[in-house]
Amino acid sequence: MKKLLERLYNGVFKENPTFVLMLGMCPTLAVTTSALNGLGMGLSTAAVLMMSNLIISLLRKLIPDRVRMPAYIVVVASFVTIVDLLMQAYVRSLYASLGLYIPLIVVNCIILGRAEAYASKNPPLLSLFDGIGMGLGFTVALTLIGAFREILGSGSIFGFTILSDWYEPVALMVMAPGAFFVLAMLTALQNKLKAPSRTNDPDKFCTGNCRHCMDATCSIGNREKPVVPDEPEAVPDSPAAPAAEASGRKEGEQ
Amino acid sequence: MKTLNVSLSPHIRSGGSTTKIMLDVIIALLPALGVGFYVFGWRALLVTAISVASCVLTEFLYEKLMKLPVTIGDLSAVVTGLILAVNLYSTAPWWIPLIGGVFAILIVKMLFGGIGQNFMNPALAARCFLLLSFSRIMTDYPILDGMTSATPLSIVRDGGTVEYLDLLFGTHSGTIGETSALAILIGALYLFIRRVISPRAPLTVIGSTVAFVALFTLIKGEPVTLNFLAVHAFGGGLLVGAVFMASDYATTPVTFWGQIIFGVVVGLLTAVMRCFSSSFEGMSFAILIANLLTPMIEKWTYPRPFGVRKERKKAS
Repeated sequence: MKKLLERLYNGVFKENPTFVLMLGMCPTLAVTTSALNGLGMGLSTAAVLMMSNLIISLLRKLIPDRVRMPAYIVVVASFVTIVDLLMQAYVRSLYASLGLYIPLIVVNCIILGRAEAYASKNPPLLSLFDGIGMGLGFTVALTLIGAFREILGSGSIFGFTILSDWYEPVALMVMAPGAFFVLAMLTALQNKLKAPSRTNDPDKFCTGNCRHCMDATCSIGNREKPVVPDEPEAVPDSPAAPAAEASGRKEGEQ
Repeated sequence: MKTLNVSLSPHIRSGGSTTKIMLDVIIALLPALGVGFYVFGWRALLVTAISVASCVLTEFLYEKLMKLPVTIGDLSAVVTGLILAVNLYSTAPWWIPLIGGVFAILIVKMLFGGIGQNFMNPALAARCFLLLSFSRIMTDYPILDGMTSATPLSIVRDGGTVEYLDLLFGTHSGTIGETSALAILIGALYLFIRRVISPRAPLTVIGSTVAFVALFTLIKGEPVTLNFLAVHAFGGGLLVGAVFMASDYATTPVTFWGQIIFGVVVGLLTAVMRCFSSSFEGMSFAILIANLLTPMIEKWTYPRPFGVRKERKKAS
């Protein structure tokens, strides 16, 4: 029981996928134009993440190591299709405003990252709770960003106007640049408060040593196998791979 | 006997400094702003004052809070404030220049490392931020008593003509500093004579904009008259943008051909936006996009040191 709660805490606070791991930036920046959109996107991702973690964990002994990526994608894509069709049937307005980003959950780094780093190595119940924790963390983060953008950009929250007559909405905040501004401000605040974040933990994450970015001395990149600087970088098979490795190591330390 | 003083080169210095350059730019801006104050009245003065105060205060507070050396003495924040004011309509409510100044200095300049480190022109970035955020307020141009109410660019788009004298003396609607061609040209001439900026980029910007506007208008099958081209050259933000914003040291190329390519890019983008978009003006967006291309342009036009061959450059 304690381990299950620890998974939830880990997903929401300690390794929050958006604010700490900085994964899944595409939906984070694209759909958070309002708090409701953020919540909808977060919950649908959470549903997929939860189920895919459970199924992948159940199948972890059956899936051959060499074809694990396609196998994970098949599992994830099935659940995304279910969520997609359900949303189309029951919450049409939300479905219309999220649009293409629902099918794109298939390639969300968080889902593949958790499958690779956690679900494929741990028992089903723990994986399910890991999925719930990560999904909740993602939902909280997206709702928070969406709320900030909605307050600044439309003077309302969850559709209720709170800043009415005296406030002139900053329309840019609900456009694409606003997402970057809000995320940057929240990350800056996090760093100021010394909260865990990809950008302020020098031992595990980026040290700002940009000259040696991703080479032998980089703190994030290939720490274990130094590469010859002249050789082109080996392209990881998925964008989630280095981050998944990093969090995989963390799991091992615990 | 006096001992000889041993020191490293350079031994001869020009005595120039950032403050002196910025002071020259401020002097060059004064005629254009003066005409703006005369034509649009005390509100123009108010907008300018708030804009400058907001820029200087933001820089001062940021540097105090971050415990950095305070650099407001170099007057660059004043220049940013004045250029922002030049780009605003005098009808803007008081908080528009305030937010604009904070955005220009805090987000575009200081967060990227302060003077010389900004990747795009702070004042123009702030203007575009305001334009996208508060588009209704930012396109609400002032109506002058007994004169034409629309800006020259919108008049010629609807097929009208504008008096040349109005263009020259600035007695038409527009932003605070863009109206009088004569005042801007006086400022430009001052900067050229003082060698603060080179006329390369401004002249290329103006020349290529007029050329591309003529070309695109012909493609669209509309008549190109002398008045039409004159309004495009002198009636909008082109002149003030070309002189004061396409010549910014930090955000435009330093190489000879780089400045010319930069000018042509700005001209092309401005003409595309003026001819094919729904807005009348595209100068500020054109300059910002060209600002982003500046590192690439400089890379292409990097001068080859005398005696160095191309093959050896590749090897290094």
